[in-house]
Amino acid sequence: MPFIEMTALKKSFGSTQVVRDFELSLGKGEFVSLLGPSGCGKTTVLRMVAGFETPDVGDIRIEGESVLRHRASQRHIGMVFQSYALFPNLTVAENVAFGLKVARAAVAETRHRVDEMLEMVGLGAMRDRYPYQLSGGQQQRVALARAIAPRPRVLLLDEPLSALDAKIRAALRSEIRTIQRQLGITTLFVTHDQEEALSMSDRIVVMNGGKAEQIGPPEAIYNRPGTRFVAEFIGSLNVIEGQIVAGDSTHLVFSGGRLDLLPNFAGLAGQSVAVAIRPQSLRFCAEEQALMRGVVRNIEFLGAFSRVHVSCGSANLLVDGFARDLSTNVTVGSPIGLTVRSDEILHLFDNK
Amino acid sequence: MIGKRFWSWTIFALAALYFLLPLVGMLEFSLRARRGAYSLDAYRNVLNDAQFHQTLGYSLILSMSTVVLGLLIVAPTAFWVQLKIPRIRPLVEFITLLPLVIPPIVIAFGYIRLYNTSSVLPLTGSARGTDLLLTAGYATLSLPYMYRAIDTGLRAIDIRTLTEAAQSLGAGWMTVLTRVVLPNISVAILSGSFLTFAIVIGEYVLAALLDRPAFGPYMVWMGSNRAYEPAALAVISFGLTWAAMAAIQFLARRGHHSVKV
Ligand SMILES: Nc1ncnc2c1ncn2[C@@H]1O[C@H](COP(=O)(O)OP(=O)(O)OP(=O)(O)O)[C@@H](O)[C@H]1O
Ligand SMILES: [Mg+2]
Repeated sequence: MPFIEMTALKKSFGSTQVVRDFELSLGKGEFVSLLGPSGCGKTTVLRMVAGFETPDVGDIRIEGESVLRHRASQRHIGMVFQSYALFPNLTVAENVAFGLKVARAAVAETRHRVDEMLEMVGLGAMRDRYPYQLSGGQQQRVALARAIAPRPRVLLLDEPLSALDAKIRAALRSEIRTIQRQLGITTLFVTHDQEEALSMSDRIVVMNGGKAEQIGPPEAIYNRPGTRFVAEFIGSLNVIEGQIVAGDSTHLVFSGGRLDLLPNFAGLAGQSVAVAIRPQSLRFCAEEQALMRGVVRNIEFLGAFSRVHVSCGSANLLVDGFARDLSTNVTVGSPIGLTVRSDEILHLFDNK
Repeated sequence: MIGKRFWSWTIFALAALYFLLPLVGMLEFSLRARRGAYSLDAYRNVLNDAQFHQTLGYSLILSMSTVVLGLLIVAPTAFWVQLKIPRIRPLVEFITLLPLVIPPIVIAFGYIRLYNTSSVLPLTGSARGTDLLLTAGYATLSLPYMYRAIDTGLRAIDIRTLTEAAQSLGAGWMTVLTRVVLPNISVAILSGSFLTFAIVIGEYVLAALLDRPAFGPYMVWMGSNRAYEPAALAVISFGLTWAAMAAIQFLARRGHHSVKV
């Protein structure tokens, strides 16, 4: 049985549907990220789990029991906000103690737990400071400690790192993940930063227009995007759109040439489809015999390999190769041929 | 540069004179009760007047109950409007401004008509009942100031997120209000309370029409029957006001640092 189960969630504000047919299950202790562009409904899903919004349709169950009839304050769900939301009138220690006090925990137990939490986030020395005396990163650590202190069943984080600068963001990212693993707390994390999602999550939910486009581990999302939207949002793959032409063999014809496809595309003859090709699957070849032709626009040296930008018809393709394998005729401005193995072409579906 | 300095000081001095001269004049006048010499006779007379103590005490108690009543009405309302129905804020603001437009005399006559001795709820029939009406009337008069002060306080903090943070930590509405909202707008509450206090202490119309022994009518009575004592009375009430202000400042500053786990 999944630990958290969201089924057929729908939510509208006025006439705009913000979340539709959203389904997601989380296992106990799992770290799942909601990833998607601004306005796609990530926060709304999180707020429905937290109890700050009520779904119009659908159910949210935790440990098999629907939480919808419980108020936010009765759900035992910890939440960390983008804006930290520390209580300005309370010290660091008092902030962390808040949930325990509300739950009427014994004084000694509260004190012990507060110390433990502050130790965990490395802020033991700051316990008597007020929030305004802390940096953004420290405030967010306090917010994390405060959310975890009353031992919630679930931890929700809504873009907790987006107000911080890059360096602290990276540090706090791994810190959050370490703490989450230690405590084994089931976590739902919202972000619009794909790198954050890819580096932290057990699984990622890519959202588009209120729907889950694809759910899977980071490796699958990155390498095998199921839809065009996911491929373009993750931005790691070349997306080519063209017409399927089927005869003796099946091809995809586009402005930069054509691609040989596996026979299973034959049924789509005449249709316009999108396919994805990994940058490392594309190979350079002699221009005369190539099915695709383009012009080298730029070469980025990235250490172990180089990334070559090729404009191929109307498509801009990325080609990754080890620097020593790039032949000398790959220079900026030179015409070049490209080839790819048919089994390395992924079909992208349009999820409309 | 020098010229600019000079002019700003001149303007400041003029403004100070504008405020201070009447006060100094009043102070000077209040000391001349004895012919040919300065004395504290007027103050002695006032402070020895039993009515002074009675009316001042009465008004102090009434002002405190007004502050409590006003807070009970305004704080939850402003909080709820801000959090749940922000689109009706203009309406609420309009309503809270009404007491500035409708004269208190209308409120007094309204009360007398609605709650007179032959009505269903004959509040004007007893002293306590009338005190209740007076308190309610004062709360109405102070509504514009109380609401504005508290609403400004609420807007200065991110009340929605703080509320949600508290709720996710298990706090119910009462806890949110008393532990999160009120402490974070304490300065706004103090300034609202202070304005209320100042209004109630000096108010004349409601108290006179409802015939209660308040400080406002006492001051007016003094003013029309004595010469030097009203000036002394005015100086005393200034002193009281300033003392109250200082006390509030002191409490506000101490209160902010004395919360400990
Ligand atoms: N209380 C509300 N009333 C009306 N519309 C709302 C409300 N909350 C959210 N919306 C709308 O719902 C849509 C989705 O909002 P949501 O906050 O879930 O997006 P998001 O994915 O979290 O975006 P972001 O990355 O910008 O935070 C937006 O178009 C937003 O304008
Ligand atoms: Mg959001």
